[in-house]
Amino acid sequence: MAQHQTILTATDISPQRKRMPRSRFQKQTPEDSAPDSTVEKENTVQLGDPAPEATPPAPQLSPDAEILARAQAGDHHAFAHLYSLHKRRIYSLCLRMVGNVAEAEDLTQEAFLQLHRKIATFRGDSAFSTWLHRLSINVVLMHLRKKGLPLMSLDEAMEPTYDDGPGRSFGAPDLSLTGSIDRLALERAVAALPAGYRLIFVLHDVEGFEHNEIAAMLDCSVGNSKSQLHKARLKLRDALRLTLRKGDRR
Amino acid sequence: MTTDPRTMGCQEFRDQLSDLVGSGAVVENHPHIKDCEICRELYEQLQTIADAARQLFPDQEPEDSLWERIESAIKKED
Repeated sequence: MAQHQTILTATDISPQRKRMPRSRFQKQTPEDSAPDSTVEKENTVQLGDPAPEATPPAPQLSPDAEILARAQAGDHHAFAHLYSLHKRRIYSLCLRMVGNVAEAEDLTQEAFLQLHRKIATFRGDSAFSTWLHRLSINVVLMHLRKKGLPLMSLDEAMEPTYDDGPGRSFGAPDLSLTGSIDRLALERAVAALPAGYRLIFVLHDVEGFEHNEIAAMLDCSVGNSKSQLHKARLKLRDALRLTLRKGDRR
Repeated sequence: MTTDPRTMGCQEFRDQLSDLVGSGAVVENHPHIKDCEICRELYEQLQTIADAARQLFPDQEPEDSLWERIESAIKKED
C-alpha cells in the first residue's frame, strides 16, 4: 500500500477535514444561515408575481427525514437508501477499529442488521447519524470483547509514562524537530493500541468528534474521554519513538 | 484551586495537557512551556500526532456485494 508510506509534515495537513465535519468544524457562516436557494428566490421575484401565501404551508419532512420515516415504516427501498447514505462512514469506522477488510465488512453487516431490527425504536432524541454511530460502536465493542481483546489497559506496566521524555532520550529523533511522522508507522501504532484507547483516538483525532459527543456515545464521562485520549497519544508517542529507534539501527 | 501558570510545575502542566493538545489554544505562549524545554517538546510531539491523525485511515467504500449480503440476511430474518 504505497500511498500509506507518505511522510506527513505539518504543512501537508489541511486545516479543513474532508470527513464528516461535525460540530467542531460546522461553524455557522452567513452562507449557512442564508442558503443559496433562498437568496436565489428572493432575487428572482418578479413584479406581478402572486403575493406569498398568508398561511404557512404545513411542515414537510426533509428528504432525509422522509427516507428515515419510510424505513421505520418497513419500506425496504428506503432502508436501502439509508444504507447507501451511511455505509461509507460506518464501514470506515469498523475498518479503523479492526484493520481488516473481511472483519470490517462483517461488522458493517451486523451494524446494519441491528439497525434494521431497531430502526423503529429510533425516537429522534439525537441525530440519526449519531444514533447509528453509537449502535455501530457497540457492535464493534461486542466483537472486540468476544475476541478477548483488552478495551482499556488496566495493567500499570502498560500505562504510558513521562519517563524517558523529550530531552532525556539517547539518539531518538525528535518528532517535533523532524516535524514529520511516517504515516504507515503511525497507523501501525494506532492499530497496536488497546482497543479502548484506539476507539477514543479514532473518534476524536481521526473522525473529529468532540469529547462530549464521545462521552454520550460511549456512556462515559467527558473527563474519562479526555484522559483516555491523552494516554492514547502518549502511547503513540512512545511507539513512534520506538519505531524511530528501530529505524536508526538499520 | 488553580496554580498560577507562571509558577506551575511540570506535573501540573502535564495534567492540563489533555485539554491543551488539539484544543486550538495558543499553548506556545504558556509561561511553563517558555521555561521548560522538556514539557515544550512533549507538547509539540503530542500536537504533531494529533495533527497527523487527521490524515490517517481515509474513508473507504465497502464492496458493492456487501449490500447483497445484508439484504439476504434481512430476508432471512423477516
